[in-house]
Amino acid sequence: MATAKHAVEFIVNGEPADTLVEARRTLADVLREDLDLTGTKLGCEHGVCGACTVIVDGRATRSCLMFAVQADGCEITTVEGLDVEGKLDFVQRAFTENHGLQCGFCTPGVLMSVHSFLKDNPNPTEEEIRIELSGNICRCTGYQNIVKSIAAAAASR
Amino acid sequence: MKPAPFAYHAPNTIDEALAILGSDPDRSRLLAGGQSLVPMLNLRLANFDHLIDINRISGLNHVRIDGDRLAIGALARQYDVARNDVVQKRLPVLSRALANVGHTAISNRGTIVGSLCHADPAAELPAVLLAVGGELSVQGTSGMRNIHADDFFDTSFTTALDANEIAVEVRFELATGTTGWSVEEIARRHGDFALVGVVIQMTLEGALIGDVRIALFGVAPRPQRMSTAEKQLIGKTLDDTVLDQAVANVTASLNPPQDIHATAGYRRHVAGVLVRRGLLRASEDAKLRT
Repeated sequence: MATAKHAVEFIVNGEPADTLVEARRTLADVLREDLDLTGTKLGCEHGVCGACTVIVDGRATRSCLMFAVQADGCEITTVEGLDVEGKLDFVQRAFTENHGLQCGFCTPGVLMSVHSFLKDNPNPTEEEIRIELSGNICRCTGYQNIVKSIAAAAASR
Repeated sequence: MKPAPFAYHAPNTIDEALAILGSDPDRSRLLAGGQSLVPMLNLRLANFDHLIDINRISGLNHVRIDGDRLAIGALARQYDVARNDVVQKRLPVLSRALANVGHTAISNRGTIVGSLCHADPAAELPAVLLAVGGELSVQGTSGMRNIHADDFFDTSFTTALDANEIAVEVRFELATGTTGWSVEEIARRHGDFALVGVVIQMTLEGALIGDVRIALFGVAPRPQRMSTAEKQLIGKTLDDTVLDQAVANVTASLNPPQDIHATAGYRRHVAGVLVRRGLLRASEDAKLRT
């Protein structure tokens, strides 16, 4: 019973998807392994680092802290869903132009968090950006250019 | 690491949830926001045979005034509660405390009631409930009961809830009169668990303190009211002597833990600093409401 599989269906990046999963499989693992959407990263698997952040039903969500079975019927956006017909979206462009990434591992989680953040707060102050950014850990950049990229993204709108 | 296997249930009503819970209460766990539970499962710090997901149950996400109480349902998300108009107007201390709880993605799913039931010694919300007063409305197979804030927190990660009960609502007392609050906390980074924290509710009668409640967190297995310090403050004005005495009362009564994050001495010292700061800020906050 504990290893029983559950059928789950969701909309991922605008497309319907379905798979059969054990209840204990996280949304992060199912996106990566069952749907080959490896843009979403695993850093800590306990909610602290932010690398796994995706959007579920309009809300930024730690996909490592949600089981795939819980996402049945939900609309999910991952980093793969950001580009607009193959072109970088406004946040991705701001990050490219302002050197907001180095190895890129934290970046998908940052981009999804930023999308959610700018929807709620389209004109953030630098302090507000830094407070919001405390939910995403980056080992490469020292955050300075990430802050700059987020400010640039907000200004570009 | 990945969680150990568990049977997953997603009931549509409280009664269904109670029935599943009742069949093996000690090996079952309720899942609401999951922002504290799932990390424990992922790290295999805990495992259960049954996970009962209550997110499909309707009628549990309310935030409303109910007489002299602010009632918050079990599925009300921390993000929404922090920004709720009624909360900001009638119990702003809750919004202020929530600003320190985790990050947006965490508070989008984390619930108020879940945090209270999880009872982490370093968490803010249990201290808010203790300072403000109120009760948890709890449902079991034999009906509903209320557990008062003073009786709810037992020790680390342990509350007065029985294994086969579901907390469906928290009801915070709504203070009357000229009341102000403060939330003070020290953490390594914004959103981290507190090394030490203080929540204070203060009611002024003219220039004098009419009532004050001081709840400390991070310094003991459960949040603690500083009753000696509180009693000494009633009827006084907040001058340096009074503040010094309050700080001395608090630090004398503490026996904080020593761990990799902070020494006992540091916690004791910082508790005093935060109480001083918090008393002044709660007093200023109360004066704004005159």
